Amino acid sequence: MGKPPFERIVSVHGAVVLRVCHAVLGAHDAEDAWSETFLSALKAYPDLPEDARVQAWLVTIAHRKAIDILRTRQRQALPMDDLPPRESPLGIPGGGHPEVLDAVGQLPPKQRQAVAYHYLAGLPYKDVSELLGVTPEAARRAGADGVKALRAALADTSSPASKGTSR
Amino acid sequence: MNIEQMDNEALLPDGFLPGLGEPAPGKLERLHARLAAAAADRQLIDVSYRTVDSPLGRLLLAATERGLVRVAFALEDHDAVLQALADKLGPRILEAPSRLDGAARQLDEYFAGARRSFDIPLDFALSRGFRLSVLEHLPHIAYGSTESYAQVAKAAGSPKAVRAVGSACARNPLPVVVPCHRVVRSDGSFGGYLGGPEAKRTLLALEAA
Repeated sequence: MGKPPFERIVSVHGAVVLRVCHAVLGAHDAEDAWSETFLSALKAYPDLPEDARVQAWLVTIAHRKAIDILRTRQRQALPMDDLPPRESPLGIPGGGHPEVLDAVGQLPPKQRQAVAYHYLAGLPYKDVSELLGVTPEAARRAGADGVKALRAALADTSSPASKGTSR
Repeated sequence: MNIEQMDNEALLPDGFLPGLGEPAPGKLERLHARLAAAAADRQLIDVSYRTVDSPLGRLLLAATERGLVRVAFALEDHDAVLQALADKLGPRILEAPSRLDGAARQLDEYFAGARRSFDIPLDFALSRGFRLSVLEHLPHIAYGSTESYAQVAKAAGSPKAVRAVGSACARNPLPVVVPCHRVVRSDGSFGGYLGGPEAKRTLLALEAA
């Protein structure tokens, strides 16, 4: 028996990839990144080795698509060093707590990516370091600093009563 | 930051993951539909599929670019059928209901008694040889009538291959649309059916009405 139908890949990993795109790019571009990611993945799927780690493969594609989108955005808009924070995620139904999305939006790009790929997609830091083109130590530090900044940002806001999972 | 600290995995703040939120209701479905449409435009799909409800239970309909390639009964296990399609025709398989609207509508009409023959492109990629000859003959058996396995064997060019006709019908990848239910035993009894004997009875009763 060969690879599962691609539909299965979308249903198992679709939500995680959307979260990663959302965390890295903000709400506005997340959907385009998601679509581009799965379209590319579909195209390449027949050649994917059967023992490949599918989620890591998808996150790699999503990372490249996010970079493409950021480049386009930078060409179109004023030059900027950081990702634009706050793609007005507020008020989007089901989009989560605004202060959390806002806090992610305020992180520098590397931290934001490290948090998304390691914490949201579960990639080991070794993989994250390859994606970001940094040493594993630097990737780990970016993730840890990102989480620390998130903690600080969320402690500042009046935190909602919901107790969440942490890992 | 020293090494010990770096080895300790930092923990996400409480409420962070729930705070990111589940995608809004319907968002993934909308993204999926957009993906299916874009993939179809770029001819990246090996097989599109959808399910339809029918008097025979839920049917899986699957199509290639060339046409309808598979109709499957629930008791065949749709997941297993899709996996077999992935193995035989390619793994780029997506649920894309709109691409099968025509087939779904014609099946609805058929089950409502308002349609006597199907007018949709068919892809016989899953059948070859004598089986294919049998399947190509079946649409010539008129709505509401039946032929025996022996008659079909003769019509398909191998009068002695009565058993082979039985197995061709039993493995018909396009049941209902390619009417293997119209093939019955010489003594008039129904014979087997991959949708179950009850399904065959239902179809013949529908067509006799």
